[in-house]
Amino acid sequence: MNEDAVFRALADASRRRLLDRLHSENGQTLSELCQGLAMTRQAVAKHLAILEDANLVSSQRHGREKRHFINPVPINEIAERWIGKFDQPRLSALSNLKRNLEGESHD
Amino acid sequence: MTKAADTRFVYVIFIRTTPEALWSALTTADFMKQYWFGMHIETDWKAGSSWRLMFPDGRVADVGEIVELDRPRRLVLKWRNEFRPELKSEGYASCTIALEPTDGAVKLTITHAIDRADSKLIEAVSGGWPRILSNLKSLLETGELVLKT
Repeated sequence: MNEDAVFRALADASRRRLLDRLHSENGQTLSELCQGLAMTRQAVAKHLAILEDANLVSSQRHGREKRHFINPVPINEIAERWIGKFDQPRLSALSNLKRNLEGESHD
Repeated sequence: MTKAADTRFVYVIFIRTTPEALWSALTTADFMKQYWFGMHIETDWKAGSSWRLMFPDGRVADVGEIVELDRPRRLVLKWRNEFRPELKSEGYASCTIALEPTDGAVKLTITHAIDRADSKLIEAVSGGWPRILSNLKSLLETGELVLKT
């Protein structure tokens, strides 16, 4: 939604690490995310709030637990805005080539 | 640490439109084909009805049932893959589509979940949704597609 918020949220190694952890296991609680990190619970909560504000993380309540989910949609929008328009003709050419060589079947 | 017994993703996108326009984009076959890479859902959009997601060539991609329908707020679908045996054998997942009006935009939340760990079905659909959602947003906000293939 807000590109500035997304770039600001991503401009921090701790927050990128949290995203990596959610990518490797989605739906973790705050306590689970804190495990093995050299950060206080408060610091992790603050980073998570910034990621949520940037719409890079969404959360859902399951009973008493709040689970966090990585949301790749804003990163996908940035990729399409900054990479897609430059690479699209080449990527299309490659996928056309692949289709021609492999035949029309696709999974 | 308790390992989650389900596999789930939660995708959120904000689209500058109205809930009615977004609902209509999500449930109109001709519109759907424009942002869903030529695919569309066949159903009568009534709670309890069955639905089928069709490939452009007429093959069936996924099937299911409309569990809940509250226009223009909430749509809950039972969702099963049809064309890949290893995904079909996982049975039904659930897909919840929620629309909430926010400041000048609609917050669209897609939750796709199944009651099993490390689901291949969820992994497969999780790759498709971001591109579909970016296309839908672009189409509703500017009338143009981001990705055509």
